[in-house]
Amino acid sequence: MKVRQISVFLENRRGRLYEVCSLLGEAEINIRALTIAETESFGVLRMVVNKPAAAIDLFRKHHITANLTDVVAVEVPDKPGGLAEVLKVLSNENMNVEYMYGFVEKFSEKALLVFRFDDPERACKVLASAGINVVGEKEILSL
Amino acid sequence: MEVRYWNQHLETLPQSELRQLQLERLREVVGYALQTPFYQKRLKKAGIVSSEDIRSLEDLKKIPFTVKDDLRQAFPKGLLAVEMDKVVRIHSSSGTTGVPTVIYYTADDLDRWTDLLARSIVATGVGPGDVFQNMMSYGLFTGGLGLHYGAERVGLTVIPVGGGNTQRQIQIMRDFRTTVLHITPSYLLHIHQRLPEFHLTPADLNLKKAWMGSEPHSENTRLKLQNLFGIDIYNSYGLSEMNGPGVAFECVYKNDMHVWEDGYLIEIINPQTGEPAEEGQEGEVVFTNLIRHAMPLLRYRTRDLAFLHPEPCPCGRTSRRMSRITGRTDDMLIINGVNVFPSQIEEVLMSIPEVGTNYQIHLSRHEGLDRLTVKVELYSKLFTGDLSHLESLKTRINDKLRASITINSRIELHEPGSLPAFEGKAKRVVDEREKL
Repeated sequence: MKVRQISVFLENRRGRLYEVCSLLGEAEINIRALTIAETESFGVLRMVVNKPAAAIDLFRKHHITANLTDVVAVEVPDKPGGLAEVLKVLSNENMNVEYMYGFVEKFSEKALLVFRFDDPERACKVLASAGINVVGEKEILSL
Repeated sequence: MEVRYWNQHLETLPQSELRQLQLERLREVVGYALQTPFYQKRLKKAGIVSSEDIRSLEDLKKIPFTVKDDLRQAFPKGLLAVEMDKVVRIHSSSGTTGVPTVIYYTADDLDRWTDLLARSIVATGVGPGDVFQNMMSYGLFTGGLGLHYGAERVGLTVIPVGGGNTQRQIQIMRDFRTTVLHITPSYLLHIHQRLPEFHLTPADLNLKKAWMGSEPHSENTRLKLQNLFGIDIYNSYGLSEMNGPGVAFECVYKNDMHVWEDGYLIEIINPQTGEPAEEGQEGEVVFTNLIRHAMPLLRYRTRDLAFLHPEPCPCGRTSRRMSRITGRTDDMLIINGVNVFPSQIEEVLMSIPEVGTNYQIHLSRHEGLDRLTVKVELYSKLFTGDLSHLESLKTRINDKLRASITINSRIELHEPGSLPAFEGKAKRVVDEREKL
């Protein structure tokens, strides 16, 4: 139930994020969740999209440095304590979160959380057995 | 103007006697050179099997040139002419391709070198009673230790503080009433800019003179720095292959540098043809070390461009004067006084898999100090998407560079294809430092 996340290496340069995002738009690839980790001189754009394979091909064609990373996406009710519930499960199981980001769905009462773990396989199992809704790529495609 | 000598006899030796002395010393060092595996082979090929084969200074031309790469090829002991138990000092510089170069000195070699530094110091009118703060790096670099021992021999009060730590430098100048500095021009400018922080002006200090070396600079920079501090500044020239500093030094007339020709035989050649340049014309400076026996170097090509003044100096010294270094025949960069070849940087970058093939070396100046920025393109296939990996990559590049070129650089990571691509390496260097 892992989901492929796209990471893009970006220089801190005016218009660069726009260039990358407009490529996706032209190719009708939809961004489901997104975050940017940045330092003084460069950043890494991380996103979950509806068509990861198409997106990575597109970036390679345009010589944009990108790669795919396995992450775990879960859906939680969009209400106070929603994230804490998931983190509690992870904490009890001693699972380390490398980074995470969230996204609120437009048409549902759910929020999408994206997690990066050392061991995504195990994380999926832990979360699923705790009754948390781990979302697969097919479901993301339909979101 | 008052002219003082350290060794009046040698410093004012008539030209003909000076040439005779050079010939005697050349024969002596050729004798030592023939003890080394490197020169044995090379001199034999040129028909020189004994020092007797050098009959006049004209015979110098039979000796092939020695270049920096020969020193690397001969590393570690191919140019050593004496037993190791006679070697009392080693100096070394980092190599462009990872192989360092090494210079050996016997006790007598150090003694002769020190004497030329004492001569240099006295030529600038400095003597006992002066307080000398040596701001050049000590250690394997010859700039620090060279002047240190020369100054002790003359009888100055020596403060061996070494390079860097501006706050401490300023405190020491103030507390010990320093009168003389040995310093690079960019660092002297930096000190001037920092003085107000300590509520000091140059007038609060007791500075009288400075010896300036290691970095090329113009006459305007000298005049500017002299005015800023109200001191006299003298140019100095040296290189570790010729022992270190004190190869050529300005006298009180500050009209270019007297080459101590009894110690170093100078030639100016056309770098393309290797033939002697016309008298007074610019060319590559070639030196033969006449006073070092542990490691002779004959007709060493410095890659520095300069010219000789044939006319005598009013100070009465008979040794000719050499101009400032007007350029280089190679692409060597001088960054905060440290010699760096772009090829050294390239070598390191290309050893790191995550770095693409395109890079740029950027030089700028901030508060009087040079800043080296190395811009590299990330190799797409090794991008993991991990930010901490990129940060540690920057640290790793800087660590590896520092191990090779001894100075810190700022590393910038760029997207593949984003840096300007050039044919050839000269254009990989962007030097935005204003000319000093």
